[in-house]
Amino acid sequence: MQAREFLMNRCGWPGDKPGRPTDERSSPVTELTHLTIAEARDGLKAKSFSATELAKAHVDAIEKARALNAYVLETPEKALSMAKASDEKLAKGEGRALEGIPLGVKDLFCTEGVVSTAGSKILDNFNPPYESTVTRNLWNGGAVMLGKLNMDEFAMGSSNETSAFGPVVSPWRREGSNVSAGASGAVEGTHLVPGGSSGGSAAAVAAHLCLGATATDTGGSIRQPAAFTGTVGIKPTYGRVSRWGTVAFASSLDQAGPIARTVRDAAIMLRSMSGPDAKDTTCADLPVPDFEAAVSRGVKGLKIGIPKEYRIDGMSPEIEKLWQQGTEWLRQAGAEIVEVSLPHTKYALPAYYIVAPAEASSNLARYDGVRYGLRENGKDIADLYEKTRAAGFGREVKRRIMIGTYVLSAGYYDAYYVRAQKIRTLIKRDFEQVYAQGVHAILTPATPSAAFGIGEKGSDDPVEMYLNDIFTVTVNMAGLPGIAVPAGLDAQGLPLGLQLIGRAFDEETLFAAGQVIEDAAGRIRLPQPWWANA
Amino acid sequence: MSVDEKTVRRIAHLARIAVTDEEVPHLQGELNAILSFVEQLNEVNVDGVEPMTSVTPMVMKKRQDGVTDGGYPEKIVQNAPATEDNFFLVPKVVE
Repeated sequence: MQAREFLMNRCGWPGDKPGRPTDERSSPVTELTHLTIAEARDGLKAKSFSATELAKAHVDAIEKARALNAYVLETPEKALSMAKASDEKLAKGEGRALEGIPLGVKDLFCTEGVVSTAGSKILDNFNPPYESTVTRNLWNGGAVMLGKLNMDEFAMGSSNETSAFGPVVSPWRREGSNVSAGASGAVEGTHLVPGGSSGGSAAAVAAHLCLGATATDTGGSIRQPAAFTGTVGIKPTYGRVSRWGTVAFASSLDQAGPIARTVRDAAIMLRSMSGPDAKDTTCADLPVPDFEAAVSRGVKGLKIGIPKEYRIDGMSPEIEKLWQQGTEWLRQAGAEIVEVSLPHTKYALPAYYIVAPAEASSNLARYDGVRYGLRENGKDIADLYEKTRAAGFGREVKRRIMIGTYVLSAGYYDAYYVRAQKIRTLIKRDFEQVYAQGVHAILTPATPSAAFGIGEKGSDDPVEMYLNDIFTVTVNMAGLPGIAVPAGLDAQGLPLGLQLIGRAFDEETLFAAGQVIEDAAGRIRLPQPWWANA
Repeated sequence: MSVDEKTVRRIAHLARIAVTDEEVPHLQGELNAILSFVEQLNEVNVDGVEPMTSVTPMVMKKRQDGVTDGGYPEKIVQNAPATEDNFFLVPKVVE
């Protein structure tokens, strides 16, 4: 069989280190799911295997991995028919940038004729009559849709525990932990969160249930789950990717991006997702660079800033060490390392918890039980609204709508909302001043810790959960691009990531520097499929 | 600043979310935790600072004020819980 031959001949990952065995090459039958996007693209072009074989391998893997709850909707028929169309294109030599590449789609993206829920009961049966620009761009590039991925409700959360469809289980386990797939196919034992809100996307990519996935990031929702699952995630510059057809959370912060298994794959996907769009007035009219070409640029001669304000009180020694290691890798690759100051860093998270809920309270006003989604009847129209929203929204979403309503209400608007927007100006100015000193990119940890257990955080105090985004949220507040790249494992064997923050519309430098980290750290060894039921 | 139970009920009504008597004390505690967390913003001197209105320097795109789309009311109402002749149905609002 050609596919088998192709896989046998493959001579290791680009970032593999000698003496670091990977389990990614053990079973030839499921191995098509272990390819990178770049490898799959080359294999399809060389006709080593077909898009149909590649899609089928993923459909089978997804079916066996239901215990992870990564997909809220599987679309196997769609996947196979799109793959068949890709095979016809490939046979004629008309393959496009992502021809035949099977992807998962976060359920925040509206997909025409395919239920799109945003992880909420209020949109349980919402069947969009249109396609989001991001997914339209991917299908126009030849990509194949495997299904819709689980997420925190309306992208509000850092652990995927707020989903109306249940939490996603991370494919990662603490060393020596008791997590296993029980006889019934359900997961037993203490399970870890994959991060959030793009938890289904990150888990599916890490568990080889797609070659890459779409995701969105309002305060860290791409980068934090990527860091928790040993995957690569990039939030591009605000305006790089159209928001049209993506369910809105906080419109001045929301931005879509990819989660993939390598820096190169993230670059390939982002190029296809991006581009000007007349349907989104905040989408930039800028040409999209060939991000993949930037991957091998290196960092020689670049100035990398290390912001002292990110060295927070009580930072774990493991994170501190990882950060120093990353700094050293970039230095060894020829970058100049400079200490920089971003004095308003500590105010980014509290300001975010005014701005984001304020925008959310406005955006989510549309879920009224009249035009689409759930309806609970009431004695009059106001009662209908109140009952519908009480029944349709989960706790975290209600909390944020209420905080947003409060900070926008008469008498509090200036004290909270206007002040937070002024602080946002100061946060952005901090970055501008650093970049004006000739700094090309900034290196920070991606998260303050590795993944935690389901139910471990935030049950009494919501702020405990919010602190997950402490290193990522500044980037959204300033509209800048940020990438999370796996850089090592903690003492419990769980992945940790580093974050690179770039200048506006300079994602290319992030891909170049991200590749340097990936090469130095070595491709992370993803978990064995302990969750698979036969 | 912190909110009392009465304020929680007022905010819930403004947000059009029905709350039960049991939910109110929990919401009050959670909202106050968030409000106390954002309190630290008062330390920052924001004199003379413009509030952010656009995160990237861009001019909003404009287009001709004309009809460019439409003509498919059945698609517009296809997800509505109650419709009649391509209109949304709501309880009687005006007596």
